[in-house]
Amino acid sequence: MSPPDIEVVDDQHVPRDVDVPLERLRDHLDNTWRLPPGLFGWLCSIDHKSIGRRYIVTAFIHLLLAGALAMALRVQLAFPEQQILGPDQYNQFFTMHGTVMMFLFAVPMVEGVMIYLVPLMIGSRIIAFPRLNAFSYYVYLVGGLMVWASFFLNSAPDAGWFSYPPLAGPEYGAGKRSDVFAQMITFTEVAALAVAVEIIVTVLKLRAPGMSLDRMPIFVWSSLVTSFIIVFSMPSVVLGSTFLLLDRLVGTHFYNPAEGGDVLLWQHLFWYFAHPEVYIIFLPSIGLASHVVETFSRRPMFGYPAVVLALISNGLLSFGLWVHHMFATGLPRLGNSFFAASSMTIAIPSGLVLFCWLATIASGRLRFKLPMLWIVSFFILFVMGGLSGVMLASVPLDLQLTDTYVLPSHIHFVLIGGAVAPLVAATFFWFPKMTGRLLNVPLGLVQWMLFTIGGLSAFGSMFLLGLSGMTRRVYSYPHTMQWDTLNLIASVGAWLLGLSFVLFTINILWTLSRPTKAPENPWQASGLEWSLPSPPPIYNFVLAPFVSSRTPLWDSPGPLPVVGGLRFDRREVLVTTVVEAEPDMRDPVPEPTVWPFIAAMVTSVILIASMYAPQPVAWGAIPFAIVMVAWLYPRRMVSPPAASVGPQAHQA
Amino acid sequence: MKPHLTLDIRALPSYRFGHRSPLWWGTLGFIVIEGLGFIFAIAAYFYLQNQNPDWPLGRHPGLLWSSLFTVLLLLSEIPNTWTKRAAVALDLGRVRVGLMMMSAVALLAIVIRVAEFTTLNVWWDSNAYGSALWVLLGLHTAHLLTDAFETFVMAALAYIGPLDARRFPEVEDNQAYWDFVVLAWIPIYITMYWAPRWAAGAVL
Repeated sequence: MSPPDIEVVDDQHVPRDVDVPLERLRDHLDNTWRLPPGLFGWLCSIDHKSIGRRYIVTAFIHLLLAGALAMALRVQLAFPEQQILGPDQYNQFFTMHGTVMMFLFAVPMVEGVMIYLVPLMIGSRIIAFPRLNAFSYYVYLVGGLMVWASFFLNSAPDAGWFSYPPLAGPEYGAGKRSDVFAQMITFTEVAALAVAVEIIVTVLKLRAPGMSLDRMPIFVWSSLVTSFIIVFSMPSVVLGSTFLLLDRLVGTHFYNPAEGGDVLLWQHLFWYFAHPEVYIIFLPSIGLASHVVETFSRRPMFGYPAVVLALISNGLLSFGLWVHHMFATGLPRLGNSFFAASSMTIAIPSGLVLFCWLATIASGRLRFKLPMLWIVSFFILFVMGGLSGVMLASVPLDLQLTDTYVLPSHIHFVLIGGAVAPLVAATFFWFPKMTGRLLNVPLGLVQWMLFTIGGLSAFGSMFLLGLSGMTRRVYSYPHTMQWDTLNLIASVGAWLLGLSFVLFTINILWTLSRPTKAPENPWQASGLEWSLPSPPPIYNFVLAPFVSSRTPLWDSPGPLPVVGGLRFDRREVLVTTVVEAEPDMRDPVPEPTVWPFIAAMVTSVILIASMYAPQPVAWGAIPFAIVMVAWLYPRRMVSPPAASVGPQAHQA
Repeated sequence: MKPHLTLDIRALPSYRFGHRSPLWWGTLGFIVIEGLGFIFAIAAYFYLQNQNPDWPLGRHPGLLWSSLFTVLLLLSEIPNTWTKRAAVALDLGRVRVGLMMMSAVALLAIVIRVAEFTTLNVWWDSNAYGSALWVLLGLHTAHLLTDAFETFVMAALAYIGPLDARRFPEVEDNQAYWDFVVLAWIPIYITMYWAPRWAAGAVL
């Protein structure tokens, strides 16, 4: 390690964490990291655990609401020629279901899990840029509220979750419905991009000393790759939806062929993001599943380097697939062949990870606890989804199946199987860490059975319906099509799935009403987060842990070795180097503040007002600039007079 | 219970420059995001050009103000780099002068940019070409205004704000962001003003 620099701001005399007994240090840290009391304190919080929980709870509510819409859709389709929902209502229902599930549930849910878990897993006290993190949550919250408000005002988006122009454009998209969609994109992507930057910097700069890149937990790796995918894909859809909004609001012609525009431009900009989006949702689930598999197989993950490389190649390949959503639009045939080949290629890294899990299970001493059962459902449903995806990568087959029920079947197998099942497994696994309470197991077993049987029958029937010619997004069908039985099975399956989430909610609420008694490490897992009390204190680690292996809790019996020397009279974290995680800097952490909340409210007013007129963007910039200055205004540090700042300070 | 102490880091500093600072990585992250925004906007411009054989749909945009703007931005790299070096050297006097110079440069750039908007020779709602042109210039102007504002605030802070060593890496980051504003402009300038002229067979 290079010799540490002597800081010009002389605080060497200030006592450090190792200078006081552990018990008194806890009290000091409680004091230093304490929030202001009451609702105001809640609005000021910049603690990653608090913000992460808010993301998770909000996303879960979106899941329940959008799930309720799916239940209604399946009531409508359970029998032929039903008219419970009219065609216009049906359009809003399925558009809301898809849009909310993709943009307001799935992506924010994985963000919430990353925000909560990553700092704990890498041994840090904070997420990087904690105020930005709080800002991102409030922006996401208002975006979600706006979308549901539009739904209850009968002006919800109705052009499908990918909102193609010209249907969504000024000519055919009546009212404010498509504007709500386009601005929802802005809200959620601003939040997601902020979170992605925070996670990247957290992972690269805030790891515990000794946690070199090759010792990072797999979930941290998957969070890093996911965040890079967000950074590289989301600007495309933000630009695309801005074009859509401009076309609708100020008469630009990006998607208007009559004036030199082109509707396929939207599809390119949208799918360049939306295909990687599937991996944004799926890769964190790979990470979560890996920890569950490892813990219950009682051995370190088999093929760690292979899994990490598979995550990275999944991330890279996910950018080469978007045109497979556009095979039916008449693009050049050579392009189609390229994208068919790349779409099939991505099955290789995904398959590799699956075999590593199987090898871990086969060579370990498996304990069949509840989270592991959910992993089994994940394997089954995801393999069905993955294989139907490889099938659809074939251009001639895709041309036959485009816009049939095979497509919704495929995406539900992939996302319910590949993302929701591991997320539920992760909930059972990490719930005791987050809340200090273990979820009820018998209820969890019933839930698991309903979920697996319901999922298989619903999405399996949808697959067969697609093969027998049923198109997606039809609000009703005549008896003569002979789709009655399969649709009824699909509906019953969907309701079972819905019921399993009702049970899940009951389980969570009931458990939360019980006293906290979960031990630190109920599953004897290996990661740093399991060395903390359940739930962890606001500052996470009393002393920064020192890491010397991939599975620290398994490899060093007794208390973890630690690194000392941080101040406890102000909030401070240890910054380490990017590759080797050597200590490099003591970084003062910003105080909790209400400015991110105010900034988010100002941003929201500007975004919502700009659906009606362009001027708010201009006048809104003034209050926004004032709020940003207040947010970022530097506070006076403890001792440094300006005069003591001199060139000798920077001798790194 | 006594903790097993492996390392004491009390002597480490509380600020760092460049890639050793988390702030630098955060700025880089947002530069990448915004840079991709420019790249996708330029890609959309050429995509639309590809759909329209008689591009540009209207008169060519004027060269005077845009070229003047380009020259100003290129020359601004001299005081900008000077300011950045002053920050890394923790030289408060030079940082103050540098930030004042850069504030003046930013103001001048905004004035020229306003003039540039008047010589595009097409409205955003005339056709898809006009839409693409206005979005490209608008997107860059948003970045110009953002960094100009940040430079004004940094300059004010250098005189009145609470001063400690952490301000200097922030100045360094602000000047690095100006580099990005300059760097992003070059491909946009070529795309908007020269690519259609070259395609039409003009020399140079």
